[in-house]
Amino acid sequence: MITGWFWVDVIIKVVLVLAVMIVLALVAIYAELKVMAHMQNRIGPYYAGGRWGWAQPFADALKFIQKEDLVPAGADSVIFKSAPYVVVSATVATFVVIPFSPSLVARNLDLGVYFLLAISSLTTLGVLMAGWSSANKYSLMGGLRAGAQLIAYELPLVLTVVAVVVQAGTMSLVGIVEAQAAPIEIGGLSISLPFLLKGQIVGFLIFVVAAVAELSRIPFDMPIAESELTMGYLTEYSSLRFTMFFLGEYAAMISMSAIAATLFLGGYWMPFVPDSALTFVGPMILIAKIAILVFFMLWIRSTWPRLREDQLQDLAWRWLIPISLANILVIAFFKVVVF
Amino acid sequence: MTQPINKSVRFPFTGLWKGMWFTLKYLFKPVPTVMYPQVQEIPVPRARGVIALDPEACTVCMLCARECPDWCIYIEGHKEGQPPAKPGGRARTKNELDLFEIDYSLCMYCGICVEVCPFDALFWSPEYEYSSHEVADLIHGKTRLKDWLKTVPEPPALEPQE
Repeated sequence: MITGWFWVDVIIKVVLVLAVMIVLALVAIYAELKVMAHMQNRIGPYYAGGRWGWAQPFADALKFIQKEDLVPAGADSVIFKSAPYVVVSATVATFVVIPFSPSLVARNLDLGVYFLLAISSLTTLGVLMAGWSSANKYSLMGGLRAGAQLIAYELPLVLTVVAVVVQAGTMSLVGIVEAQAAPIEIGGLSISLPFLLKGQIVGFLIFVVAAVAELSRIPFDMPIAESELTMGYLTEYSSLRFTMFFLGEYAAMISMSAIAATLFLGGYWMPFVPDSALTFVGPMILIAKIAILVFFMLWIRSTWPRLREDQLQDLAWRWLIPISLANILVIAFFKVVVF
Repeated sequence: MTQPINKSVRFPFTGLWKGMWFTLKYLFKPVPTVMYPQVQEIPVPRARGVIALDPEACTVCMLCARECPDWCIYIEGHKEGQPPAKPGGRARTKNELDLFEIDYSLCMYCGICVEVCPFDALFWSPEYEYSSHEVADLIHGKTRLKDWLKTVPEPPALEPQE
């Protein structure tokens, strides 16, 4: 409660979440332009904004807004038009439960993790809607590929999160962060460690792989593989609706990184930072962790080639899911027997 | 024919991490881009920028126009009577160049015309700033081609003979 009036609070929270999402997504877009450019031995945006091309994302957005909002003649126009809203709103909704500090969280749900997983599956629905309603064979193929891929990688994602929930003993994201901050006894020493260093390394790796696949970014961008499917389910989109998909993709990148940081890297908490300072330092710590994970995603994007469709399914079903199941078993065993 | 299989066992994903290291190195390397309008690169000595024409040397032999793979050279000329070399001799003729055009929207800078010219009338110049908003402006006529002659660099000195 900020002001005491419920609806005023709701409006403030919605505006805050939207602003944070859009600003972080624009920063991520700019970072991608620049980081990828330098990794590929070029300068990247240079003139927009006067210095280092910092205004390039805004210029891109303005350009897209000016374009005509086309709807194909054969398209199912209601579904076609509403698909981007489904994707973006699902992405924004994930920010609701992510804690930026012990108190700075839009809504601390007891079933936070459950809510996250349920909401992030909505993106799949939006993508399928876009692919199906476009009346375009590339869009349809892209949408179906996206559906198959997102379902395949949802499983390892959920299973690794289950292991974290088992270890933390709570589904609230604030609770999970507090579980990581709680000190443990190792040989007489009382230290607190993030879950990554408490035996979740395998889980973290699987989570990151599955998260990159969920975001359908390179090397898992079969749904929008340009050389095969033009732009997949985005083929028929233009103007503001394309911008929404585009912004949604980067916002989803941020939210996935925030989830990974919260579940495995300690979220807003860091060793040696006193609890009293977390209210102010917490958001910065979380954003720094997000930045590291986002940089990693940009890095692999500019390095690795795209997986083939069968290799993609192979990796999920034959490797990630069995390993994450075994991961749950091991974590549960240690939880019951050791701690 | 069977290829021998490389059975040396490597750590998994070695190639992936090699690639990651490579891109990381490039992230911190200076970028070789030259910021063109502000900074101009000096062309290499034998750069193929534009073809210059010396109209005095041209004899309208048409070899360049015939050899041009893109057919981008247009030549017109006529014969003119000349006084005999010695008094009482036969009157001579000379080929006068009326029109010499190179269409740079077609030219592919192969340099065959420069190679093939028997009278050293065509030269390479390193100038490259002659882009235009109109395709027609890319057809350079006789006078414009002659202007490029000023930018032709001196040929390199001959190598010492034994």
